[in-house]
Amino acid sequence: MRNSTWRAGAVAAALVTAIAACGGDPATTEGTASGGGGDTIKVGLLHSLSGTMAISEVTVRDAELLAIEEINKAGGVLGKQLEPVVEDGASDWPTFAEKANKLIAQDKVATVFGGWTSASRKAMLPVFEKRKALLWYPVQYEGLESSPYIFYTGATTNQQIIPGLDYLKEQGKKKIFLVGSDYVFPRTANKIIKAYAAANGMEILGEEYTPLGHTEYSTLTNKVVQAKPDAVFNTLNGDSNVAFFKQLKSAGVTAESMPVLSVSVAEEEVTGIGVDNIVGHPVAWNYYQTTETAANTKFVEAFKAKYGATKVTSDPMEAGYNAVYLWAEAAKKAGTVEVEALKKAAGGIALERPEGLVTIDGETQHMYKTARIGIIQPDGLIKEVWNSGEPIKPDPYLKTYPWAGGLAS
Amino acid sequence: MVEGFLNQLPIGLSIGAVLLLIALGLTFTFGQMGVINMAHGEFIMAGAYTAFLLQDFAGRSAVLVALPVAFVVAGLMGLLLERLAIRHFYGRPLDTLLLTWGVSLVLQQVARDLFGAPNVQVLSPTWLQGAIGPMPYNRLFILALAVGSVVAIWLYMNRSAQGRRMQAVMQNRQLAATSGINTGRVDQRTFFIGSGLAGIAGVALTLIGPVGPTLGTYYIVDAFLVVVAGGLGQLRGAVIAAAALGLLNSYAEFWTNASLAKVIVFAAIIAFLQFRPQGLFVLRSRALT
Repeated sequence: MRNSTWRAGAVAAALVTAIAACGGDPATTEGTASGGGGDTIKVGLLHSLSGTMAISEVTVRDAELLAIEEINKAGGVLGKQLEPVVEDGASDWPTFAEKANKLIAQDKVATVFGGWTSASRKAMLPVFEKRKALLWYPVQYEGLESSPYIFYTGATTNQQIIPGLDYLKEQGKKKIFLVGSDYVFPRTANKIIKAYAAANGMEILGEEYTPLGHTEYSTLTNKVVQAKPDAVFNTLNGDSNVAFFKQLKSAGVTAESMPVLSVSVAEEEVTGIGVDNIVGHPVAWNYYQTTETAANTKFVEAFKAKYGATKVTSDPMEAGYNAVYLWAEAAKKAGTVEVEALKKAAGGIALERPEGLVTIDGETQHMYKTARIGIIQPDGLIKEVWNSGEPIKPDPYLKTYPWAGGLAS
Repeated sequence: MVEGFLNQLPIGLSIGAVLLLIALGLTFTFGQMGVINMAHGEFIMAGAYTAFLLQDFAGRSAVLVALPVAFVVAGLMGLLLERLAIRHFYGRPLDTLLLTWGVSLVLQQVARDLFGAPNVQVLSPTWLQGAIGPMPYNRLFILALAVGSVVAIWLYMNRSAQGRRMQAVMQNRQLAATSGINTGRVDQRTFFIGSGLAGIAGVALTLIGPVGPTLGTYYIVDAFLVVVAGGLGQLRGAVIAAAALGLLNSYAEFWTNASLAKVIVFAAIIAFLQFRPQGLFVLRSRALT
């Protein structure tokens, strides 16, 4: 039913475009190098729909599909309906590169929204740079990157990790233990954390990594408990968080005795971990389902209406949802979906989003975002306890932080 | 440091108990029937989801109620797999491997469609919260469950007529058949029990790990390692191998880190198999293979 309405809408939109094109400026309908031909604009959605990362990435895809549906209902982009082409990255980094290639070369999509792990982004980056195509990457990451063909709608380190450390410092937590999954994001994040700690009189008691998908945390828990830190900084990713928090809880560690600050645990993960096991622990993000903005009320309502009342919204979902809107806005401003023109038009675009005002920084292609620290509540939602007051300018290379001198090299 | 070192001993044994639980079923299906069942992990997953579903009726005690139910659920799944597919592939290990791997992918997707991609929450009973020293009650529960399962299997294999028939088929299929044993029936029963044990392991794992569609993939490799190192079809081999691997894992990770500990364990197993390709214990058989 919905499908046929869509199709009818698409036909109507195509007719309108065709009529407009007859009398109007041909440049707006032609010259769209990729994805612009035909009645619709194809956009690629490339996330892991299977494998260990599916737990997180499926929800981002859902949020992106919601944004596409909303934009189509409101008339589409440049008078054309958006047509999502969904591919599965399968939690496998070479597959991401391969599927990105396919979306660009074969489907000729105008842009791709995709990725979650930094490893998947690093795998896709050369593909997008070589083919001069555009990727919108929706997840917080370790910074130290600024590809001309990627827009980063999640936080870079100075909008998430550094505010998280500021918060721990404010709380008087001086001895920190680092726990992370063994890949690029946690390792880079921990380098930054160690530099911050050295400059701010904090002590790092230990640094431990476990392979992605690791589920045996009794030894690591023993190490953490023996080290007696004031707090743990947790950069574990995916299912490992479930095992880690369950086993930490059964070892008697509570949020009061040893808070674990996570940067990859959002509303979506809390249910799987079990609220019991993680209640009271802090997390650092830019958005929570409980964030009080008019745009968020609308987003949460629309998401629940489409996917079910028990669903929750989280930061990466919101960043993916934003990415589609920001891209559409840039396309409108540029008057085309052609990559170079759209990139030029994107800088300075500011939209009121569920997380508050989001502005595209033209220079780094990152976003100005407000940092928020939240505490996990017994109902599974996250209550904000601290925010940065205003959107923070993205600084992926931490140039404005003197202690971060040697990191970028 | 000393306290941390001492703590690793019970931790190692409890890791061993987890390994033993996930591998017990495989000692039957792989060890005795030679079926490389890649879907074993998904039977574990089925057990975990059984506990999840039973929460609606049993609340926090779901884990206890789920133990027998999961045994039957996973067992029936195994029986179905054996009847519909595997029995046509006996004696063709490579084909069974591919077949069951495909089945495992299908089952993962079925779980994803039924329960969603995100992990689900299984509440652990309140009486399992707490710890004695470094040993949380839920780890002790798993240890007890592993010991209980081993004892039950041992009794079944050695004290019941069915179990002895199973051993007979395992040691010499042709001779057992000519002695009047219905080997097909025995195969079904073996597969039912092996898969059912995976279900029990799944219930236990809800206490310590994630419950999601990919749960099985996290444990399947470890399960095979235990069976191979212990010797095919050898209960005591599996017990000793699981305990040894658990302790090795525990101390290797304590002194190095989790990634390196995995490497050390794998390297140790490879080295061990160089000297004893047949595993710790060898099944004495007169069958010509």
